[in-house]
Amino acid sequence: MSILVVAEHDNSELKTATLNTITAAQKVGNDIDLLVVGHECKGVSEAAAKVGGISKVLVADAPEFAHHLAENVAPMLVNIAKNYSHIFAPATTFGKNIMPRAAALLDVSQISDISDVVSGDTFVRPIYAGNAIATVQSSDELKLVTVRTTTFEPVDAEGGSATVETLAGSGDSGLSSFMGQDTTESERPELTTARVVISGGRGMQNGENFEMLEKIADKLNAAVGASRAAVDAGYVPNDYQVGQTGKVVAPDLYIAVGISGAIQHLAGMKDSKVIAAINNDSEAPIFQIADYGLVADLLTALPEFLAELEK
Amino acid sequence: MKILVAVKRVVDYNVNIRVKADGSAVETANVKMAMNPFDEVAVEKAIRLKEAGLAEEIIAVSVGPEKSQETLRAALAMGADRGVHVRTDIETEPLAVAKILKAIVEKEGPQLVLLGKQAIDDDCNQTAQMLSALLGWSQGTFASKLEITDGTAEVVREVDAGLEKISIKMPAIVSVDLRLNEPRYASLPNIMKAKKKLIDQYTPEDLGVDVTPRVKTLKVEEPPKRSAGVIVDSVAALVDKLRNEAKVIS
Repeated sequence: MSILVVAEHDNSELKTATLNTITAAQKVGNDIDLLVVGHECKGVSEAAAKVGGISKVLVADAPEFAHHLAENVAPMLVNIAKNYSHIFAPATTFGKNIMPRAAALLDVSQISDISDVVSGDTFVRPIYAGNAIATVQSSDELKLVTVRTTTFEPVDAEGGSATVETLAGSGDSGLSSFMGQDTTESERPELTTARVVISGGRGMQNGENFEMLEKIADKLNAAVGASRAAVDAGYVPNDYQVGQTGKVVAPDLYIAVGISGAIQHLAGMKDSKVIAAINNDSEAPIFQIADYGLVADLLTALPEFLAELEK
Repeated sequence: MKILVAVKRVVDYNVNIRVKADGSAVETANVKMAMNPFDEVAVEKAIRLKEAGLAEEIIAVSVGPEKSQETLRAALAMGADRGVHVRTDIETEPLAVAKILKAIVEKEGPQLVLLGKQAIDDDCNQTAQMLSALLGWSQGTFASKLEITDGTAEVVREVDAGLEKISIKMPAIVSVDLRLNEPRYASLPNIMKAKKKLIDQYTPEDLGVDVTPRVKTLKVEEPPKRSAGVIVDSVAALVDKLRNEAKVIS
């Protein structure tokens, strides 16, 4: 069995999600190639060649791949799919956008967001916002799989010495074009890989109050997240959202502040090792899953929390 | 232009899910069902485009058992003009649904197909991308903004890094995210009117689509339960527990 892992990167940096996805692929087999599709992404292909456990790095570097438009990337996957029994990609917005398009072109029923590998054709995946766990078996000859990265440890980013092979571009589809992006710049760790996450909900009342969470996050080297309610209310940008339709996180410590704990939010954080919750409503569902709960007004509790950390 | 909107009947988002005792599936008998919330956003967007004079007709499509017609009626009550029901009792996979939708697109000739980005039951997030691939059309996924001007759609996409803006050529497939809009409630008169609106019926066989599942569910289990921990009485106690008991902060 030969497995292709599609690397996630931004043309300058290989994303950790790639390393988690390789670990999932290793549960199927050890002959793993890594595909880097991008433009002017030499740094990424060099980093990819050093990743542990990779046989070969395939690099497709062409202008039409600069922004990972699905219409351009999916045909590239289709071209090389015949060499593989499995294609894995992270279940991030990058993988979710591209993989189903490739799957349909290949007439394959994709397996989305797996949390475990049972065998080469059998996978475990959460359904119903993680309220049920399904074990599913694919009868397709080729398996296309996206991976819930938080349930697999990353492989070593160093120590490998894969050969690098260059692939030709497949041309621009002419169907879509990239116009711009609006991203959050932050010195803090990424939400999906941070060891500690502190999230705020509707109870934060406004965007300014999130500064209290940011100060605590800086103290704990944590990432700041939010519930859908806080994003909908405009307190913070969409990339903060943790939940069924946002990001899935599983840090060592998740601190939920002013979050009531709707199942859609729990879907994104209930695999955290330790959960702490601060909420002024003692009946809030978040307390039913929190390891440590504090019933308090967050406006007074958060400054106290910061002061305690400084002690 | 015509707009096609795909709607799925799912277990209502407020229902506490139960796994069947034999571990074969999630219990859906005698459970409150509703339109997939993402699809409601798609229907709402279609109606707003029509209200803005950018569309003449909205066709709602649903693939599923007899009762999917209730979901179609809900879309018609919101403001869709007519419905298409593709009836099957097989639990269709996204690939099969995409093939069915492709056949409907070829019959109806819409310029735009709107779908929810994922269904809240199987959480697959595949159908829109697959339909787009099968038709060879452009795709704008996870849209929180959609503007249409002469043959082009501008889509703001919610991605992990923030927001991304793309321009896609029409005809196009757009999968919508929840922040695109807030769906309206159907008024009583519109619910009554919806009862008279036309729903065309097909089977997958009529459309020449093989819906035989490729993926078999071997078992469905409850997730590991987390139990409630302790309630502490002060911030100092909380920090102490995190430091000295859980040892997750220093």
